[in-house]
Amino acid sequence: MPVSQTDTLGRLGQTGWAALRFKDPTFPVWIGAALLLVFLMLFPLGAIFRASLWGDTGLTFSRYLEVFTNEQSLTAIWNTLIISISVGVLAVIIGALLAWLVTRTDLPWKKSIRALVMASFVTPPFLGAFAWTLLAGPNAGALNKLYRAVTGSEEAIFNIFTMPGLIFVMTLYSFPFVFSMIANVCELISSDLEDAAEILGANKWRTAWTVTLPLALPALIGGFILAFLHSLSLFGAPAILGLPAGLHTITTQIWTLFQYPPRLDMAAAFSVPLLLATMVLIVAQKKILGRKGYSTVGGKGGQKRLIRLGWGRVPVLLFVLGILSLSVFLPYWILLKAALSKAWALPLTWDNFTLHNLSFTFFEYGDTQLAIYNTFKLGLITATVGTLLATLIAYITNRNLFRGARYLSFFALAPLVIPGIVLAVGLFIAYTRPPLVLYGTIWILFVAFLTKEMPIGFSQAESTFKSIHPELEDASRIIGANRLTTLKDITAPLARSGLIAAWSFIFIGVIRELSAAILLFAPQSKVVSVVIFDLKEEGQIGVIAVLGILLLLVSFAVIITVQRLAGRDVVATRE
Amino acid sequence: MKLKFCLFILAICFVSIPLARAQDPQLVQAARKEGKVVWHTSLAIPSSTAISHYFQNKYKGIEVEVHRNGSQRVLQRFMQEATAGLKNADIVHTSDAGHFELLKDKGMLLKFTPQGVAAFPDGFKDKAGFYYGMRATLSVMAHNPKIVAEKDAPQTWKDLLNPKWSGKMVTAHPGYSGIIMTHVLTLVNVYGWDYFRDLAKNKLHIAQSANDPAGVVASGERPVGVNGAEYFYYKTLKQGNPIKIIYPKEGVPLVVSPVAIAKDAPHPNAAKLFTEFIFSKESQQLLADKEGLYTGHPEVTYPADKPKLKDLKLLAADADELEKRNAEIKKRFVEFFGA
Repeated sequence: MPVSQTDTLGRLGQTGWAALRFKDPTFPVWIGAALLLVFLMLFPLGAIFRASLWGDTGLTFSRYLEVFTNEQSLTAIWNTLIISISVGVLAVIIGALLAWLVTRTDLPWKKSIRALVMASFVTPPFLGAFAWTLLAGPNAGALNKLYRAVTGSEEAIFNIFTMPGLIFVMTLYSFPFVFSMIANVCELISSDLEDAAEILGANKWRTAWTVTLPLALPALIGGFILAFLHSLSLFGAPAILGLPAGLHTITTQIWTLFQYPPRLDMAAAFSVPLLLATMVLIVAQKKILGRKGYSTVGGKGGQKRLIRLGWGRVPVLLFVLGILSLSVFLPYWILLKAALSKAWALPLTWDNFTLHNLSFTFFEYGDTQLAIYNTFKLGLITATVGTLLATLIAYITNRNLFRGARYLSFFALAPLVIPGIVLAVGLFIAYTRPPLVLYGTIWILFVAFLTKEMPIGFSQAESTFKSIHPELEDASRIIGANRLTTLKDITAPLARSGLIAAWSFIFIGVIRELSAAILLFAPQSKVVSVVIFDLKEEGQIGVIAVLGILLLLVSFAVIITVQRLAGRDVVATRE
Repeated sequence: MKLKFCLFILAICFVSIPLARAQDPQLVQAARKEGKVVWHTSLAIPSSTAISHYFQNKYKGIEVEVHRNGSQRVLQRFMQEATAGLKNADIVHTSDAGHFELLKDKGMLLKFTPQGVAAFPDGFKDKAGFYYGMRATLSVMAHNPKIVAEKDAPQTWKDLLNPKWSGKMVTAHPGYSGIIMTHVLTLVNVYGWDYFRDLAKNKLHIAQSANDPAGVVASGERPVGVNGAEYFYYKTLKQGNPIKIIYPKEGVPLVVSPVAIAKDAPHPNAAKLFTEFIFSKESQQLLADKEGLYTGHPEVTYPADKPKLKDLKLLAADADELEKRNAEIKKRFVEFFGA
C-alpha cells in the first residue's frame, strides 16, 4: 500500500511537471528571468563586437590589425600572459598546499587559518597592492629598510615595482579562490582508495602520485584556470605596481584608451583577444579533463583519516602563518601605521602620530561619504537582486522548467570568461548614448556588477538545488501552490544557507570591484575602490589607508553578520 | 596733478565699489536658490577641499561639490559626461591651458569675466574672455637632503641625465597631469625630445599626479624628483618633511591653471559667485599664504621663503600649442618611459 501511494504521487508529480508547464500562472516570471539573463550577457558583448568591427565606412578589421601590429599592445599582451600563467601556477601550489594541510592533516588552529584565508579573499587586490608599495618599495619600503638595517646591505631585498613583484602580490590575492575549491574537494575524497593502494603495496608517494593526485587533478586544473582568469582581469594591482615601472598589461592598456580623445573602438578591439583567451582556456579545460568526473569524489565519502604531521606540526603552522602574514598581517599593519602617522616611512613615535588623516577623511574630504554610501548601496542591492536572479535561473535549469532551460546555465556562467574591464567597455559603449543613458548613475555599475557576479551566485544556487529533491515541491504543488510560492515557501528555506553564501560572495565581489568601476564611474557615482585608486594617483597615502581600513571593517562586519544569520561559515569552508 | 590723481582715485572708488556691491546681493541670492556648485578641479585634494570650505563658510547654504582628479582625467570625465548628454559640471579647472582652447572651440564654455582680472598679467587671461588663470605654480626639481647631500644634488635639467641618478628619480605623467604636460612641452621646446629619451634611460619611477613626487621624494622611495608641482613640494616641506626644492637657472616652467564655467552649467549663478570668489583678493591671498601658490593678482604678497617670480627665468607655454601637441606629448612620453 505505501509503495503504490508513492508511485501514484510520483506519477502525478511527473504529469504535473508536464501539464502545468504552461498553465502555471507564474510562468512569465521564469521566462522573464531567463530573457533578462540572456540580455545582460549578450548586450555588452554585442556592443563590443560592433564597435570593434564597424567603422565610418562599414565593416573593417583595421583596429584588430592595429592591436596586433602595435609593439606596445603586443608587449602588453605578452606581459599579461606571463603574469597570469605565473599567478595561476603559484596560486595552485599555495592554495592546494594550504587546503590539503587544513583538510587532511592534524594541523592546529585550522579555524583561524580558514578565517585568515577568508580575510585575504575579502581584501581587495588593489588595496593589497597599495599596502605592498609601502612594504616593499625598493628604497622606502618597510621590509627593505628592515633588511638594510639588519644586514647593513645597500641593496633592496625585494622591489615590488617589477614583474615578479606584481606576480607575487597578485598570487597573494588569487590563491584563496584555489583554496576554497581544493578544500571542498579534499574534504570529499575518502581515504578508502588511498587505503586500497597501500594495502596493494604502494608506498606513500606512489599512492599520492597515482591515487590522490588524479582524484584532485580536475580541481587543480579548475583552480589554475580560476586563478589565471582572476589575474587576467585585475586592473588595480597592475596599475599600482606595473605602471610606475613602465609595465603595461591588457587591462591597463584598455584603460588608457579611454583617455581623451577616447578610442572606444580600439578598446573594444583590444577586449576581444582577452575574451578569446579566456574562452580558449575554458574549452581546453573541458578537453583536458574529458569525461573524468568527480564521481569518486562526490557525495559523502567514506572515512577520512587525518595525516599526522608529528614533530612538523609547529614548523608547518609557522610556514602557513608566514604565507598569511604576507596577504593579511603585514598589509593590514602598514595600512594602520600609514593611517596614524604624519610620515608613513618613519617609525610611529609620538612625534609622528596624528589623527589628521582620520579627521580629514571623515569630516573634510567630500568624496568619503558619497563613495561609502554608493559602495554599500551597490553591494546590498546587487547581492540581493543577484541572489534572486541566480536562484530563479538555477531553479529553471535544475528543474528543467522549459525546453532549452539547460542552455541558460551557459549564459549564467559566461561572465566567468568576460573580464570586468571588457564588460565595462561593452556597457560604456551601450549605455552612454540614448535611448538608455545609464552612465552618470550608479545603475550602470549595478548592471556591470550583476552581470559579473552572476556565475558565482548561480553556481552556489545551482549546487544547493541539486541537493534538494523535488518531492517536497511536488507535494506543495499538488496542494495547489504555484511554482513561485513553492520556491519561496519550500525550496528557498531549505536552500537558505546556500543562498546566503551566494549573497555573501556577490557582496564581497561588488565591494572589492575596481576593473569595471574604473571605466563606468562618473563624478556622482564614485565608489570606494575608484576613490582609493584616484587617491593613489595623487599620492594621498594617509587618506587611502583610512578609507581602506574602513572598507575592510565594514566588509567584515557585513560578512560576520550574514554568517551569524546563516548559522554557518559561508566562505571558504564546507563543514 | 595731485588733485587730478585724487579725483581719479575717487572716481575709481565711486565707479567700482557700487558696481561690485550692486551685483553681489542679487548673485548671492540666485546662487543660494541653486544651493550647490559642482567644481571639477585638478587642484590638489587638500587645497581644493580647503577652498571649498572657505566658500561654504562665507556663503552658508551653498554647497561646493569638489571632484578632484588629474587635469587630463578632469577633461576626460567632462567630455564623457557631455557625450552622454549629462549636465553635471558647473566649473572646470585644470592645469592644462590647452584644454580651455579645446573647450572654447567646441563651444562648451560660458563667457564670464570675474571682477578684477583686468589687472592680471596677460598670461592669465584669455583674450576672448572665456577663461582666466586662477592660480599658477612652477614645475621644479627637488631632492631629499637626508639622502642626497646638497652639494651632490642636481642643479640643472641636464644634470638629471647623469647615469649616477639611475633608479633614484621619480617623474609624474603628462597623460595625467596638466602641470607635467606643460613641463614636457616647455622643456621639449628648449632641449628637444632627445632630452626625455635620455632621461628615460635612468629608469625613473613613474608617478601620475604632479603632487605625487613630493611624497615619493619625502619618504625616500626616490630621493630625486625630476619634476612636480612646486606648491605641493612647498607644502610637503612646510609639514616638516625632508625636501629641498631646486629652481634650475636655465629656466623653470610656469604653469598657469585656468578656470571656466561650463556652458551647460546646471548652477550658473552659483558658478559665477564661486568664480568671483576665487578671483577676489582675499581668496587669491589665501592661495598664496596657505597653499603655496602663485597668482595673477597684482596685490597679493607671498611668503618670504618663496622665490619671487621676477627673479626666476620662467618658461611659459602657449595654450594653443598645448592643445595641438597634447596627443604627441602623451604618445612620445609613453614611448620613452613605457607607460
